[in-house]
Amino acid sequence: MSEQTELDKTESMAPPPPTRRIRRSTRASRWAIAPGVVGLVVLAYLPYLVSPNSTTTLVDFFILLTLGMTWNLLAGYAGLVSVGQQAYIGVGAYAVLWLAQHGLEPFVALPVAAVFCAVVAMPLSWLVFRLRGGYFAIGTWVVAEVLSLLTIRDSSLGGGTGTNLPGLDGFDPVVLGAYTYWAALSVAVLTLIACYVVLRSRVGLALTAVRDDERAARAVGVLVPRAKRIVYLIAALGGGGAGALLAISQLNVQPNNVYGVQWSAYMIFVVLIGGIGTLEGPIIGTIVFFTLQQTLANQGAWYLIILGSLAVFMAVWIRQGLWGPLDRWGLRLFPVGYRVLGARSERT
Amino acid sequence: MIWINAIVQGLLLGGLFALFACGLSLLFGVLGIINLAHGDLAVLGAYVAVALLPSVHSNALWALLFVPPMFAIFGYVSQRTLLQRSMDSGPLTTLLVTFGLSVVLQNALQEGFSADSHSLSVGSLVTKAFHPDSSISISYLRLGILVAAVIILVAVQLFLGGTSTGRQIRALSDDVEAASIVGINTRHVAGIAAGIAFLTVAIAGLADGMYAQFAPTSGSQLLLFGFEAVIIGGLGSLWGTLLGGCVLGLAQTIGAQVDPTIGVLVAHLVFLAILAVRPSGLMPAAVEA
Repeated sequence: MSEQTELDKTESMAPPPPTRRIRRSTRASRWAIAPGVVGLVVLAYLPYLVSPNSTTTLVDFFILLTLGMTWNLLAGYAGLVSVGQQAYIGVGAYAVLWLAQHGLEPFVALPVAAVFCAVVAMPLSWLVFRLRGGYFAIGTWVVAEVLSLLTIRDSSLGGGTGTNLPGLDGFDPVVLGAYTYWAALSVAVLTLIACYVVLRSRVGLALTAVRDDERAARAVGVLVPRAKRIVYLIAALGGGGAGALLAISQLNVQPNNVYGVQWSAYMIFVVLIGGIGTLEGPIIGTIVFFTLQQTLANQGAWYLIILGSLAVFMAVWIRQGLWGPLDRWGLRLFPVGYRVLGARSERT
Repeated sequence: MIWINAIVQGLLLGGLFALFACGLSLLFGVLGIINLAHGDLAVLGAYVAVALLPSVHSNALWALLFVPPMFAIFGYVSQRTLLQRSMDSGPLTTLLVTFGLSVVLQNALQEGFSADSHSLSVGSLVTKAFHPDSSISISYLRLGILVAAVIILVAVQLFLGGTSTGRQIRALSDDVEAASIVGINTRHVAGIAAGIAFLTVAIAGLADGMYAQFAPTSGSQLLLFGFEAVIIGGLGSLWGTLLGGCVLGLAQTIGAQVDPTIGVLVAHLVFLAILAVRPSGLMPAAVEA
């Protein structure tokens, strides 16, 4: 709660020196704006430059990045270690399937499916929020299993084997690939912006207080359950978007795939390797994940064994992940804290 | 009468769940570790038996002689090395570490033994059963698993209550700092607790392998049922764990009696319903563990 303490000190020391101001950006974040915008433009222009195979790989990259960011928001900021986010991947994918079966264009169905996931998450949050810590993890996993078992009972959605996604037959494959790529890029960028905005808002401040000391935060009037619920709903929204993208990019929906617990493993690995509790961490982690996966593509499941061992090693010995050292040098591209200029501590 | 048979089968299945949940309950109750790799450890135990038994037709009951002791040592060593380190970095770290281990174990087993399912042979015991009534069939193997679960729960209870090491373990679960102040070697004692937990999970894995087929990925399902049994029974209560296992077993077999495809779903729903109504479980800390 360093930034709050800093603020309190500033207020209690009367009269406050007029030179002290609150600054929320960092030098790195100001310098990163221009390259960031250029990078985004290049990424958006990419389907005109590279082969469809590359953009297909990047779609998977953006799906995993989106999931990693939402899981990081849950676990890294709200302390909610969920092993059941695949529930929303599945619901998102099946929502797109159902909407497409009823005549809605899949790309239009994507945002609808994501919002539907947030709606589903509302009553479920009431149930799983009754659990703390590890019980929460198991509870969310059971909820995902139940949703999966309920989904496969509907034979019109393909039952236990899954079914193809209708409504995209009219597209030229190259155009479809490009549209899918832009949809994936949009979902990832929107998720990043959503995480950034939420963490800079009052909710973000509340979460920082909760992370430091939940009891103290409640005592000073932080609406802890509300902040956690908002984060949970945003994570469901992101998971739903990722699931919808998965359905569109694979052109079919299989229950074992979309509801698979391996998604939780991927999210956790990406966040732990990159650095939990920073917005930059999942980006680094996803890059590492994809590099290993592509390099060891012919070695079966070995990339998962290596990634899993790496994640365990990081969790125990290098808590800050790969981004940690850079963060310690003050390199922070997405600053969400408050820094009092003129105060001795510049850390946020 | 088919309903009575469903109830009998449910109770027998509950024995397997309780046997499996015993180690989970112990690890969480004493060390505060939520072991997400517990299911995969059980499956690993069964695969160790597959690898070390002289042939696929050897009676797997022999594996009970060497796999559980191996796991007890394995548990002690893991606790002293990786698990202790992760406990020191905060409660959520153990969760993440064990989940990572679970994925590593699953994929390593898949590389080593392929994704095909295996089973452990117990000779003619697998088909032997007695029939108190024409429609009720009690398999000796399943009854043996239930009896083993009860014996192990009683033994763990007696060990924790009656021996010096057991008392040290309970002291650890109450207050680690106070325990170390009065001279308990807390890390050694934590290692012993983990060793006992791993011993029970090896037995559970062997029992599961004799009971049904298993594959590298079957650990997840075992873990969920084991945890549901712990939560339904109430934290820290070993007898509650047995009750929780039986509730789940009954839900599954009675559900399957109504419609064979919904057994597992009904068990999960019963768990969620109990969670919504009584989050502290049915027998919260009725018996100290």
